[in-house]
Amino acid sequence: MSSNAITIPGNQIQSRPWVDELHQWVTTVDHKRLGILYILSALLFLTIGGVEALVIRIQLMHSHNNFVSPEVFNSMFTMHGTTMIFFVAMPVLFGFANYLVPLMIGARDMAFPRLNAFSFWLSFLGGLLLYFSFLGGSGLYGAGSAPDVGWWSYAPLGARAFSPGHSSDYWTLSLLVSGFGSIGTAINIIATIVSLRCPGMKISRMPLLVWMNLVMAGMVLIAITPLSAAQIMLLIDRYLGGHFFDTQAGGSAVLWMHFFWIFGHPEVYVLIIPCFAFMSEIIPVFSRKPIFGYPVMVAATVCIAFVSMSVWAHHMFTIGMNSYANSFFTLTTMAVGVPTGIKIFNWIGTMWGGRIQFKTPMLFSIGFLFQFLVAGLTGIMMAASPFDWQLSLSYFVVAHFHYVIVGGILFALFAAFYYWYPKMTGRMLSERLGKWHFWLFLIGFHLTFDVMHIPGVLGMPRRIYTYEPGRGWDTLNLIISIGAFIQAIAILVFVANLIISYFKGAKAGNDPWDAWTLEWSTSSPPPAYNFATVPTVSSRRPLWDLKHPEDPDSRYE
Amino acid sequence: MSVVTTSFPNTAPGWQLPSRGKVAMAGLIIAESAIFTIFVVAYLFYLGKSLTGPAPREVLETPIFYTICLLSSSLTIHFAAKFLARGIKFAFLGFWLLTIALGGLFLYGTAQEWHRLIYEHGLTISTNLFGTTYYSLVGLHGFHVTAGLVMLLTVAVLGLCGHIGIKQSGHIEALSMYWHFVDAVWVVVFTVVYVLGR
Amino acid sequence: MSLLRMKSSTLRFFAQTILLLFWSAVAGWGSEPSGSSSHGTNIFAPASTPAKSIADLSVFVLVVTGIIFVVVVALLVYSVVKFRGRAIDASREPAQVYGSTQIELAWTIIPILIVVVLFLATARVIHAIQDAPEPTSAVQVTAVGHQYWWEFRYPKLGIVTANELHIPVTEPGHPTPTFLQLLSADTDHSFWVPELAGKTDLIPNHPNRMWMDPQHTGVFLGQCAQYCGTQHAKMLLRVSVDTREDFAAWVRAQQRPAVQDAGAIAGRRVFEDNACMNCHAVAGTPADGRFGPDLTHLMSRATIAAGAATNTHNNLRLWIQDPSAIKPGSLMPAMKLSDADLDAVVSYMETLR
Repeated sequence: MSSNAITIPGNQIQSRPWVDELHQWVTTVDHKRLGILYILSALLFLTIGGVEALVIRIQLMHSHNNFVSPEVFNSMFTMHGTTMIFFVAMPVLFGFANYLVPLMIGARDMAFPRLNAFSFWLSFLGGLLLYFSFLGGSGLYGAGSAPDVGWWSYAPLGARAFSPGHSSDYWTLSLLVSGFGSIGTAINIIATIVSLRCPGMKISRMPLLVWMNLVMAGMVLIAITPLSAAQIMLLIDRYLGGHFFDTQAGGSAVLWMHFFWIFGHPEVYVLIIPCFAFMSEIIPVFSRKPIFGYPVMVAATVCIAFVSMSVWAHHMFTIGMNSYANSFFTLTTMAVGVPTGIKIFNWIGTMWGGRIQFKTPMLFSIGFLFQFLVAGLTGIMMAASPFDWQLSLSYFVVAHFHYVIVGGILFALFAAFYYWYPKMTGRMLSERLGKWHFWLFLIGFHLTFDVMHIPGVLGMPRRIYTYEPGRGWDTLNLIISIGAFIQAIAILVFVANLIISYFKGAKAGNDPWDAWTLEWSTSSPPPAYNFATVPTVSSRRPLWDLKHPEDPDSRYE
Repeated sequence: MSVVTTSFPNTAPGWQLPSRGKVAMAGLIIAESAIFTIFVVAYLFYLGKSLTGPAPREVLETPIFYTICLLSSSLTIHFAAKFLARGIKFAFLGFWLLTIALGGLFLYGTAQEWHRLIYEHGLTISTNLFGTTYYSLVGLHGFHVTAGLVMLLTVAVLGLCGHIGIKQSGHIEALSMYWHFVDAVWVVVFTVVYVLGR
Repeated sequence: MSLLRMKSSTLRFFAQTILLLFWSAVAGWGSEPSGSSSHGTNIFAPASTPAKSIADLSVFVLVVTGIIFVVVVALLVYSVVKFRGRAIDASREPAQVYGSTQIELAWTIIPILIVVVLFLATARVIHAIQDAPEPTSAVQVTAVGHQYWWEFRYPKLGIVTANELHIPVTEPGHPTPTFLQLLSADTDHSFWVPELAGKTDLIPNHPNRMWMDPQHTGVFLGQCAQYCGTQHAKMLLRVSVDTREDFAAWVRAQQRPAVQDAGAIAGRRVFEDNACMNCHAVAGTPADGRFGPDLTHLMSRATIAAGAATNTHNNLRLWIQDPSAIKPGSLMPAMKLSDADLDAVVSYMETLR
């Protein structure tokens, strides 16, 4: 198939004392290592956040349970949400972006390697700061410990008057710090993609993963910053006697809500767009066809980025906005479903006419498609604001967003893990354990989150540490909790797979999946300098062109 | 599993991409603009909503002189960057130091105004909504001016030691983008606080 | 081997679809009665116009999204089944199709049309509910949210009560809806009685308005839906929808000042000598506190502590002795009364019918 085959040797470093190795990792500025550090730190926080979820589910197994006190429960759901969004989802996605973007554009590293390292450590230390609250949060009256204001810290609940002690300060500061890390990474990603593409890689030839991370990074710049601003305002209120959200002095609790959701809604698109990126790389490879409608996929993503900045108040349908405002946000929220839904069609269109291989990454991708569809549809339900006046703040919403985050984002992440782990480590993950992981997790996920919609419809609000018997919620909650434990077991299988395969997995070689983007043209794992010579490309699938010189993509683009 | 060649035919001679420093600075400016926007929105939202205490028109004096200082510093830094791009180090350094002086004057003006507001009118950040939003917005801007001055001073010291030449022209241009941004923010803050807000 | 796996994928999708339909059916089948009340908290068992309008709109939205679901899942299942790769074509790549403008246009335009239809249907209901005019016959209630209880005032009737709302059933010829003004004394709360209306938040410094016109009598349950602090979970709601006569009788009873029972003088003295009257009000006595619930007609309520416990002698005694035994995090302090004082106060409370 190819003539001048050069095998680039992978590991050229001879073994050294472990302290040295640790020092290398701690002081690294290599995008691949930082990517792995991001991913490992995310896995650590995933475990902790998962334990918090299990505590919640045990407490809610039946009515009037007292597994934990109300104070502990309230800290659990606050920490669970904050951890999962800021210290699991964002870091793991930044980690994959860090690892893959330079490789996919044929660059040797990110544009600013030291800024990259700085951003990672800011992010990680932000997580440590949040968890230090368990030890250091107590203030006056021993009121404190981990934050318990919900991950939105609505005003005036987050004010000094209603949150004495330092727990809220840990929430505010840890997110402020890691927020700056996120902005640093976003700037880095944009500069890398704009300025470091290899020769021939015009913007219209970048892999979709690169496109989508560019859009994501742009959104981070204007979405995370409103939260940073609001948190500075909250700190001014709490420490300098400011009145930004002090309703007694004429301040507005609703203003906090606006600022928070102007961050909060684009944030969820920040989280899902990189997962669209994974799907757009993985589904084509395992369908053996190029992505259906590359230009529209790009356009739809950009469209989502813009429209998603106009929908935020659909999180505020119950706060008493007038009918015109409610109508406006209903319209924009339904509208953003159009470019999002189109992508599902494009992915199915990619599979259509293909030769689908049901390897583990593809299984998770198919799960993603089904679950993201359902999540989008329950989102449309809540976009209809009167319907939302019933569904909002209930377990229906909790079910919806977990459907997106677990059923969508986490499934896409699992696909990405199984797909790129060989590139990162040089070993294949076990297909057998992978399938166990997939089926166990699928069953647990659906048991929990399909059922969870029902208590919402039956009137169960969220963020309650216990509930009344006789409302019809008991059995449902028990089933939900059982599903959570099944998911936990599946995660253990996954972690076992990650560890065992690192030592015993089959050797991967450069290109185990017969894929088409540049990262597969170098060794697994790549050398520190990524490519022996900087590649030049002339189409969207450079390796397809090389493997199929009789029918290159460049002829059709 | 296939082993693929790493040699790609060169089909893109003369491949030129924007400078990463400038792209990064543009990204930073976008992010910072978003932060300032939120503070400006809060300021505008709370106009006239204070329950007590001094109102803007009772205590604010329009800082025309210091505004002229700051805005002229945009001009001087522009010249400084242009001179450096042509390799005229002496003129570069002269205009650079002038920029720092003008920026420093502006900060002095802000300090003076705050002193007057606090000690003559009793307006602090905790007095009322106006106090909170005013000191936050103007203070945030002042903080960015200070950060900018620190960077400008660093460059000045390096320049005086002879380390800044044509090769650093790109970095200097990126830094001057930041300074222009700080000035542009002041135009907005000035309009919102001293024109609209009174 | 891969055939089996594929088949199980298909089976899985069908199973999931059936499961989803099943659960929706379960949800739609009303709920079990709770305690002495006759109604549950099912949003699909509406008993009032706002809740009905919402339920009707919801069914329409569910049908539309249901159709989308069926169509897309069918396409997904079909593609997974029809285009599965077989071992024999491992070396042949399928036709490399890059896109199709017509198809992409079609699947853009159709969703846009669906959005337009859904939006128009929704906008009608938004306006119908939010912009409904308040008739002169409406009962006006001001609800004030507190950590962790509900204050209800009827300004035109001169009534102040807590946690249990009484409103008249509306009759077709003579509608008497209840219009609530929603305020908050501290953090954000949300008034949610699913079978009577969608929820509306109570936000400090931001008055809100909602209405309901229940068409059935009985007790409707709900609770606070916006996380407001430690005991958010125990800020329950009881709305008693009464016949016109019963409501009038209730109003008259509530308008009377507190019962002056000679046998409860000792307890009343304990009440007024300790800090109780700083927080609580008893109409017709010096006790005029506003921080806690009005106790003038405490015994007319079925529960105490905003539904955290039934209004029995033992619960009342326990609550006054140590609120954190029933509702830890409640803002009522333990009064540390002696047993004698405690019994006296409880006796006094039990005279406040």
